[in-house]
Amino acid sequence: MLEFLETITGVPTPLLFGQILLGLINGAFYAMLSLGLAVIFGLLNIINFTHGAQFMMGAFVAWMLLTWLGLGYWWALILAPLIVGATGVVIERLMISRLYKLDHLYGLLLTFGIGLMIEGFFRNQYGSSGLPYRIPAELSGAWDLGFMFMPVYRGWVVVFSLVVCLATWLVIEKTRLGAYLRAATENAALVQAFGVNVPRMITLTYGAGVALAALAGVLAAPIYSVNPQMGTNLIIVVFAVVVIGGMGSILGSVLTGFGLGVIEGLTKVYWPEASATVIFVIMAIVLLTRPAGLFGRA
Amino acid sequence: MTMTTRRSLLATGAALGALPLHRARAQAANTVKIGVLNDQSGLYRDVNGPGSVACTRQAIADLGATLRGMNVEVVVADHQNRPDVGVNIARQWFDRDGVDMVIDVPTSSVALAVAQVAREKNKVYINSSGATSDLTGSACTPNTLHWTYDTYMLAKSTGGAMVRAGGDTWYFITADYAFGHALERDTTRFITAAGGRVLGSVRTPFPGTTDFSSFLVQAQASRAKVVGLANAGGDTINSIKQAAEFGLTRRGTKLAALLMFISDVHALGLETAQGLVCTETFYWDLNDNTRAFTARVLPNMPGGLRPGMAQAGCYSGTMHYLKAVLEMGVAAAKADGAATVARMKQMPVQDDAFGATSIRADGRRIMPAYLLEVKTPAESRGPWDYYKLLQTTSADEAFRPLSEGGCPLVRS
Repeated sequence: MLEFLETITGVPTPLLFGQILLGLINGAFYAMLSLGLAVIFGLLNIINFTHGAQFMMGAFVAWMLLTWLGLGYWWALILAPLIVGATGVVIERLMISRLYKLDHLYGLLLTFGIGLMIEGFFRNQYGSSGLPYRIPAELSGAWDLGFMFMPVYRGWVVVFSLVVCLATWLVIEKTRLGAYLRAATENAALVQAFGVNVPRMITLTYGAGVALAALAGVLAAPIYSVNPQMGTNLIIVVFAVVVIGGMGSILGSVLTGFGLGVIEGLTKVYWPEASATVIFVIMAIVLLTRPAGLFGRA
Repeated sequence: MTMTTRRSLLATGAALGALPLHRARAQAANTVKIGVLNDQSGLYRDVNGPGSVACTRQAIADLGATLRGMNVEVVVADHQNRPDVGVNIARQWFDRDGVDMVIDVPTSSVALAVAQVAREKNKVYINSSGATSDLTGSACTPNTLHWTYDTYMLAKSTGGAMVRAGGDTWYFITADYAFGHALERDTTRFITAAGGRVLGSVRTPFPGTTDFSSFLVQAQASRAKVVGLANAGGDTINSIKQAAEFGLTRRGTKLAALLMFISDVHALGLETAQGLVCTETFYWDLNDNTRAFTARVLPNMPGGLRPGMAQAGCYSGTMHYLKAVLEMGVAAAKADGAATVARMKQMPVQDDAFGATSIRADGRRIMPAYLLEVKTPAESRGPWDYYKLLQTTSADEAFRPLSEGGCPLVRS
C-alpha cells in the first residue's frame, strides 16, 4: 500500500507523512483563528477584520511581558489573551456597538480600518523585521521520528489548539451560557425580556473572540518572528477558511482549518508555487457549488 | 464704489497669487527632486524603508553649503513590493511631480519594471536595494545605475566560500520572483563551476510565506550539505529561525544566507544567527569613516536601527548624483537623465560609507565585497557588534566581468 502511494505520488512516503503533520500544525493556527472569527460572526454578525492585528497583538504582548516584566511564556498564555481581549471589549463598546443596526459592510470597513491603524502603530514602533521570542525551555527540543525531526513545540501547538477548539465548541453548544448566546442571536429582545443583559453578553463575546486570536498569537510567537505583518499574511487565508467552512459555523471552521492546513501542506510538496493560492481555488469552488459553505446552513 | 473695490480686490488677489507663483517657478528651475521608492510597510521595510530615506537626506545635509543654493526635495513612496504599484508611482513622479531621480527600489521585479519607466522618460535611476544582476545585464539601460550589490556578487562571495569549505551539494529555498530566480541561477553557476551539484530547489510564494517548515523538511530530505536561502528580509529571518527549530544545523547541514542584512541579524538575535556567513559591501563598524557616517545618520534612523548596505547605498548614490548635477548645472541635468548618468560614470565616487569606488559602462558600481561571519554572543562587545570580517574580495574581482553580462551598452 505504502509502496503504491509512493509510486503514484513520486514522493517518499515518510516525507509525505511529515508534510501532512506540518500541514496539521499550520491547520491548528487556521482553526484557532477562524474559530474566533466564527464566534464573533455567529453571535454579533460582525465580520471582524481586526482579527489579524489582534493575533499580532497577542504575540507582541507576550514579547512585552517577557522583555518588560520578565514574565515568560506560560504567563503570556494566560495574560496576553486577557489583555488583548480587554482592548477588544473597549473597541466593541466605543465603536463596533454603534454599527449593529447597519449593514455588515460597515462593521467590516470599521474593523478593517482599526486593524490597519493598529498594524501601522506597531510598525512605526518596532519596524518590520520582528522581535526574537524563544521557545520555552520545557517545550524546546525535538523528537526524531526517523523520517523527520519533529520539534516538541509544534506538537504542543496542535494538542493545545485542539483542546481550545473543543472547549469553545462545548461552551457554545452544550452549556447554559452558550444557549443564552445562541438564543440572543435568534431574538435579542426576547432573551432580554427574560432578564439577560444582552449588550453585556455581546461585548464579552467579542472580547472572547479577540482573546482567542491573541492566544493563537502567543502560540505563534516562538515559531514565527514577532512582527507587525504576521497577522496580515495569515488573516486572508483564515477568512477563506471561514468562508469554506460556512460563516458562523463553529465546528465547520475548526474542521476546515485543520483540513485546509493539510491540503496546503501537500501542495507545498507537489506544486510549491501554488501553495499560496490553493486555498482560494478551493474557496471559489466551494462558493460556486455550496454558497453557504461546507458546514453552513443556507 | 463697490465695483472698484471688488475689482481692486481681485487685482490685488491676482497679484498676491502671482507673486509666490513667480518665486515658485524660479525655485523649480533651481530645484532637484529625488524620489525614494521602496518598501515602507512590508517584509523589506527594515532593510530599506524609512532608513533609506534618512540616509538620502543625510547625503543632502552632508553636502550642505557645497550645494550652492541648489534646492533638493525628497519625496517618498511605498511600492508594496508590487511591480504595478511601483510603475504607477514612478510614472506619476516623472510625469506630474517633476521628480528627476529615483533611488533605492528593492524587490527585483519592481526594480526591473521601474528601470524601463526611467529609460522611457529619460530620468536618472539609482538602484540600491534591488538585487538582480540583470539590471546591468540583459536589462541594462543608459539611465540605470546599480549601486550597492547584486546577485552575482552575493553568489560569488557567499556561495563560493561555502563550496570552498566543502559544501558541494546544495538545495535551494528560493523566493518565487525575479530576485530569487536570479540569485539561484547565479549561485548555481559557481557551485557547478567548482565541481559541486545542486540536488533540488523549491520555489516559495512571494510575498506571504511565513511558514518555511515544509520547505526545510524537503531540503533536509534531499541530504544536501548546504541549504541555500535565495530570499531576503522577513523571509530569511523566518527560514533561519525555523531551520534551527527543525534541527537542520544540529544535524550538520549548513545554511547559506545568500542575502542577509544587519537588520536581519538583529531580529534573529546572535543566539540564533551566530556562525552564519553573509556578504555585504558596507558595515557600520568597518572603519572610522563608516562609523562617522553612522553616528551622523543614527538620530534619524527608525527605531535605532544601524544602517545596512542598501540604506548606506542611498546615501552614497544621492551624494554622487548631486555632485554630478552641480558639475553639469541643474538645468542640463534635469533635461537629460542619460547624460547625467553618463557624467556620473565618468566621475570618481567618493563618500564616507564606501570610500573610493567607481562605476562601469554597464551601470554597475564596483566596490570591495566583504565576507562576514556573525559573531557569537560571547564575541560581541556591544549593541550591534555583529560581524567579523572573514575575507575581502577586491572591486575588480567581486562583480561579474563586464564582457559576460550581455548588456547592450557595452557591446555597442
